[in-house]
Amino acid sequence: MKAPALEFHRPDTVGAAVAILADGGGAARVLAGGQSLVPMLNLRVAFAETLVDIGAIRELATIEDIGDHIRLGACISHARIEDGGADSHCSGMLRHVARNIAYRAVRNRGTVGGSLAHADPAADWPVAMIALGADVEVSGTNGNRKLPVEEFMMDVFTTALQEDEILTGICVPKASPDLRWSFHKMRKKAGAFGEAIAAAVQDPESGFCRVVAGSSAIGGPQRFAMLEKALQEGAVDDDTIRDALTGALGSLGRYETQIHTVCLRRAMEEVRT
Amino acid sequence: MLRREDARFLEGRGRFIGDIDIPGMLDVAFLRSPLAHARIASIDTPVDADGRVFTAADLSDVKLVPPASKVPGHRIVAAPPLALDRTRYVGEIIAACIAPTRAEAEDLVETLAPDFEMLPVIASMDDALSDDGTRLYDDWDNNVSMETGFDSGIDEIIANAPVKVTRVLDMARQAMVPLEGKGVLAYWSERDDQLVVYSSTQSPHQIRTALCEALGLQQRQIRVIAPDVGGGFGYKAILHPEEIIVAALAMKTGRPLRWLEDRFEHLTAGANAREHRYEMTAYADDRGRVLAIDAKLTTDGGAYSVWPHTNGFDAIQASGILTGPYDIGGYRVKTQTVVTNKPPLSPYRAVARPGACFAIECTMDAVARAVGRDPAEVRIDNLVKAEAMPYKAITGKEYDSGDYPACLLRAMEMVAEGPKTPAPGRLLGTGYAIYTEHTAVSTSTISHIGIPMMPGFEQAAALMQPDGSLELRVGVQSHGQGMETTMAQIASQVLGIEPDRVVLRHGDTGLSPFSTGTYASRAIVMTGGAVAAACDKIAVKLREIAAHLMQCEPSNVHLEDGQLRGPTATMTIAEAAETWHFRPYELPEDVLRDGLEVTGGYRPDGDKGPFAYAAHAATVSVDPELGTVELLDYVAVDDCGTRVNPMIVDGQVLGGVVQGIGTGLFEESPFDDQGQPLATTFADYSLPTAAETPIIRLDHSETQSPYTRFGVKGVGEGGAIAPPAAVVNAINDALRPLGAELCAVPATPKRVLGAIFDAQDRAIADLEVSK
Repeated sequence: MKAPALEFHRPDTVGAAVAILADGGGAARVLAGGQSLVPMLNLRVAFAETLVDIGAIRELATIEDIGDHIRLGACISHARIEDGGADSHCSGMLRHVARNIAYRAVRNRGTVGGSLAHADPAADWPVAMIALGADVEVSGTNGNRKLPVEEFMMDVFTTALQEDEILTGICVPKASPDLRWSFHKMRKKAGAFGEAIAAAVQDPESGFCRVVAGSSAIGGPQRFAMLEKALQEGAVDDDTIRDALTGALGSLGRYETQIHTVCLRRAMEEVRT
Repeated sequence: MLRREDARFLEGRGRFIGDIDIPGMLDVAFLRSPLAHARIASIDTPVDADGRVFTAADLSDVKLVPPASKVPGHRIVAAPPLALDRTRYVGEIIAACIAPTRAEAEDLVETLAPDFEMLPVIASMDDALSDDGTRLYDDWDNNVSMETGFDSGIDEIIANAPVKVTRVLDMARQAMVPLEGKGVLAYWSERDDQLVVYSSTQSPHQIRTALCEALGLQQRQIRVIAPDVGGGFGYKAILHPEEIIVAALAMKTGRPLRWLEDRFEHLTAGANAREHRYEMTAYADDRGRVLAIDAKLTTDGGAYSVWPHTNGFDAIQASGILTGPYDIGGYRVKTQTVVTNKPPLSPYRAVARPGACFAIECTMDAVARAVGRDPAEVRIDNLVKAEAMPYKAITGKEYDSGDYPACLLRAMEMVAEGPKTPAPGRLLGTGYAIYTEHTAVSTSTISHIGIPMMPGFEQAAALMQPDGSLELRVGVQSHGQGMETTMAQIASQVLGIEPDRVVLRHGDTGLSPFSTGTYASRAIVMTGGAVAAACDKIAVKLREIAAHLMQCEPSNVHLEDGQLRGPTATMTIAEAAETWHFRPYELPEDVLRDGLEVTGGYRPDGDKGPFAYAAHAATVSVDPELGTVELLDYVAVDDCGTRVNPMIVDGQVLGGVVQGIGTGLFEESPFDDQGQPLATTFADYSLPTAAETPIIRLDHSETQSPYTRFGVKGVGEGGAIAPPAAVVNAINDALRPLGAELCAVPATPKRVLGAIFDAQDRAIADLEVSK
């Protein structure tokens, strides 16, 4: 399958990119690493009259310390994080997540921002970033705004981005050195999308605690307040997890319930012990 | 000796269909059916699309090419290359669009507006066999295309056997996924008065035969060339509708046309392999000695019969070998090949053997469990013994040679040395599988089935060049078998010339003698034998030349190490060849009128195909909470007779094992109840990769076949046969503490957990009964 002809732009500023996007209306799309969008264009299940390649915008390719947050430019590749690009933060969690995404060839090009903006329900970064309490920065015709990843991820393949907006950065709160985290992904084989993903994060210093799961089966990332409370209270059992899953998602199949329960329990136990 | 073809492949200098550019060439893209079963009410084409869009009406002069079968009552329907008024699977071709580039051709496809009337869908074997009256073919009374049966008479055994074990075993539908997809490029050559067809095929002469039939041309009017082919696995041993369409349209338009299959097309329209269901009942004594097998096999044949194999090849093959390498005295089998709204079932590496091996080997483990013995020991008791060779199996097959128990014992010994410590919370298991494989199937094997793929005497041409170098021309096609190396080795073995002085031309009907092609692990036996026969003839001629020059009798000239040695003198092959070509005045007028270009032919003694065999063992670690399986160790001990090139044998076994691991653990083409394929990209269709594959440890024995030249047996397919059985037996060994047993492949986490859930449910039900 080959994509139909399209217009291609490679601006070097966010402003120029936003202008092209605004110009294109709904028919313009942002191209980051292209690891999802390009195959979808080729398969003709996604369409674009105009592609705005944001790979040449320098400010999107930096990792910065901005006080109480670390800011990852939207175009930081998974490989850069896997290779230690943000290693001093979050006790290695970012690196762990990055190195287990797909295959190295995909990680070389695929980006953190692209993953969040694409909002594949089985993607890793949405789960990880919600678990870490990260925010996204967005630029559009009407200026810049910042919102929690949790609010940014609206539904399956749906985010809070407007047609003329670009996700420019991800701000991950700095954690204490005592941060405890666990990220469990169950998949059919190395490189495959997770059938069930679970993340648990607990920072004893700040009292921050999050438990998040994600997968196609559960329709993307989900936070479980009930499990966060249970984790803080030190009580983790399968019945509670199953109740939390049912409470949040209604009835799941036996297989889906089992794998999400086990991943959540393993993540929570790892953080607790 | 290292493979001679590797340098060009590793350095990207191979020449595949996609590398060939003919001036003026256009690309073809197809409108394929989005529905599994529908009537085509109409197709609207854009007004300016004349000469660029073609439907069945444009190919009305193309004849259907139905395969034949001698199986009584076998109902065969050949797919029309372009669907006429009805489509019967998702991906069936409805229209062909041509444009300067593939993308533009796909743009054209999108402008077509077909109007469908949906018909009820037969999406599974169960649908096909249900009583609801849905028919794939209106004039059929049911959806069964072929039924076969065999009964050695087992009623008495059944009545007296103390142990009866029954299992239903399922093998999923798969795609074959060669690294290079299918492809075809065709143009009419005025100078040669010939249609030139480049096809990524294993069987150029076979494709020529089918195209001649379809297009009404003489065989001399079509030349089929298979350039470098990136894997075939059976997918490229069949006639594809695209070959007919591209060839016909190249003639109609007068333009060179090309179609390259993409992954989407392959995973959907090419989801055509395996899918067997076995209902196995074994009758045994209380030590697990199997007395009889009673089996029922159902295969999902898809919508049409492929040419030349038909849709019944899997069922015939599986039912002919289901008793495996065992000495089993009673056998009864019934097979049913049903038609469904899926792509046509096609032969895939080892054809039905992975299914048959999976069925008998899982049954053997179940028998061992039933009598409380070790599965490997029960196998040893049941295997045909070395002293019984040649052994006539109850299926009528003659196993020619080998020591099956010794092979299994070696695999047991090797796997015992492997990893044996599971991670915390994981369950460890080891499983075995052993098979025997009829390689280089013979004329008589195929002639009783009656399909138009009839191997007779295999031919090879050997053309000695003036400088004594040698050109071999063979009709088989080498697409991973390393024949450019092994055939040179065989010529070297016979003539004593350096392999570097030999070249193999293959896969081109314009160059080589006729051949049915590369399939059924046949080339080293058949083509190897033919190359040796041709070289024998050359040797006679060389000795004749030398005898004249040395003034002695040809019987006194010996060909050793590339030297012609007479009683008083020695000369090289090159000198003899040069003399005949360049200095005929040195030879008497009547010497070697026919020159140094010969054709040799070969078929094994008594038309018997040799039986290769192997024992495999796997060790797995199972996560009983998630159902994930990690393959920790894999051992394969094979016997393919004389190994012409041990490194190539290793490569064939390793590649086969990894494909078999795919069948066992990962690969599956599921369809929903509307016949929609659910694995349409590699995100859904899981292939094994390096990360999932342990170091595969190999060993070999070499029991020469008594029937073949050099004692060789085929080895191309064997590696793929045993892994599904070995892996599942290992998983079941691991699951034993949980009382769970898996009876289906691929062993995905969902299936493994399903087996565990079933065991949990049974335990709860038992508890309630006991209350």
